[in-house]
Amino acid sequence: MTATMENTADAVTELPRLLPPRDGKTDGGPEGKSGGGRSHDFRIHAMRYGMLTYRDQPGILIGEAEAAGLTGRGGAAFPVHRKLQAVLDAAVKRRRTPVVIANGAESEPASDKDATLLWLSPHLVLDGLQLAAEAVGADTAVLYVHANRAHDVGGRLTEAIAQRQAAGIDRVPVQLATAPARFLSGQETALVNHLSGGPVTPTFPLPRITERGLNNAPTLVQNVETLAHLALIARKGPRWFRSVGTDAEPGSMLATIRRADGQPRIAEVPLGIPLKDLAGDLRQDGAVLVGGYHGTWLTGAQALKLTLDNRSLAGAEARVGAGIVIALPADRCGLVETARAVRYLALESAGQCGPCLNGLPRIAAALAEIAGGRARSKTIADVERWAGLVSGRGACHHPDGTVRFVRSALRTFAAEVDWHKRGHCSAANTRPFLPVPQGTARSENDWI
Amino acid sequence: MAEKLLVNPIDCEGHGACAELLPEVVTMDEWGFPIVDPRPLPPGLERYARAAVSACPTLALRLLRE
Repeated sequence: MTATMENTADAVTELPRLLPPRDGKTDGGPEGKSGGGRSHDFRIHAMRYGMLTYRDQPGILIGEAEAAGLTGRGGAAFPVHRKLQAVLDAAVKRRRTPVVIANGAESEPASDKDATLLWLSPHLVLDGLQLAAEAVGADTAVLYVHANRAHDVGGRLTEAIAQRQAAGIDRVPVQLATAPARFLSGQETALVNHLSGGPVTPTFPLPRITERGLNNAPTLVQNVETLAHLALIARKGPRWFRSVGTDAEPGSMLATIRRADGQPRIAEVPLGIPLKDLAGDLRQDGAVLVGGYHGTWLTGAQALKLTLDNRSLAGAEARVGAGIVIALPADRCGLVETARAVRYLALESAGQCGPCLNGLPRIAAALAEIAGGRARSKTIADVERWAGLVSGRGACHHPDGTVRFVRSALRTFAAEVDWHKRGHCSAANTRPFLPVPQGTARSENDWI
Repeated sequence: MAEKLLVNPIDCEGHGACAELLPEVVTMDEWGFPIVDPRPLPPGLERYARAAVSACPTLALRLLRE
């Protein structure tokens, strides 16, 4: 880790909470070196955090989550207590035992924080999963994780689940499930569709999965990091949780930070941390992508003034999302990078909804024309019209997120757009920077 | 009670019956898919809205009570 990040973290007591304490050698995470010693071992976990204490009746933890102000860390920042309450209410009303799912799909290519958390602190996630199951009265728990990772996260989790079984910790049995390598794998309805035996494609959002989800039961889906926070709130209380972060957006979050070398660094940071503390040497004329490929490009000048919380970012039409902060290296072209990522997003459309099926490939092709200096006079106007046409018209938010990303690129790189119109490009380095997975879906089998 | 028209974009195949029966509320985009006015149905159109719902060949349209 760089000096900047360590200084930042040292200014805040008690961070990291979720990851093993830094010993100066670890950079954490499957993509980094080994890191974390044996933090994934159940005995080490119990020594650091103490044993999991159940609340012994459904509902108690919901009040604690509310007092803590915990929101979902998967990207949407939805209040956790409201989701828990919705599932509990549906269960009571329909007299159906609910299901809980820990979502570790992390299909956003630029993110690596969930895989790192699962690798280094699997028992915090599994503790949180048990507590969430108890809070809503569930008898089934699923841990859903991404395939195709460099490290055998699945193997480590199988081992972790077995350790807990041997120790008699878990009250609800946990099944491990693997998400296909699709961008939409973590989308809630797609995930439920997949676990029900279908493809990992989104379904119509009504009725909500909190009412009728997996096996038609009320279903709670929470990001794995959210569950880890819940496990600590249950141990240390809401006040402790709120001792970092902002009043409106309390607590810490795991961020994936990418700078010029392109390597992901995972840092646990308080909500409200200045972006300049994360993005490294940030120049006024630089650019920062916040929130990943459904996120927003900011100019360096904007980013220098903003902090990593939704209240601050809203003014720049950005949001925290899943905590991805990427500083565009000075030698790369933001348009070329965006065009490549948008092509990937268009190919990752499930192709189920007319506007997304028709709009995203056209937008991607137009961006490629702009990036390649081949744009016609009406290309930008076309992109803007198509962006308007796909917004809010899909069963999921894939078109909306893609369009947010595209519009922010045209705003942030407006000078570069003009430059490209005249056949130039400011990139001194054409090597791809933003990570885009190889291998798009070619057949229906790739969605199963 | 106010009602509004909702399209299931997964089921919709762009046959266009809704836009023909209820042009006040449904227009077609340049690819032949319906753009539905998200506001509550204007009074007097409920009958036509119901006709559009039953005319949809893929049953993609529904009328929601607010």
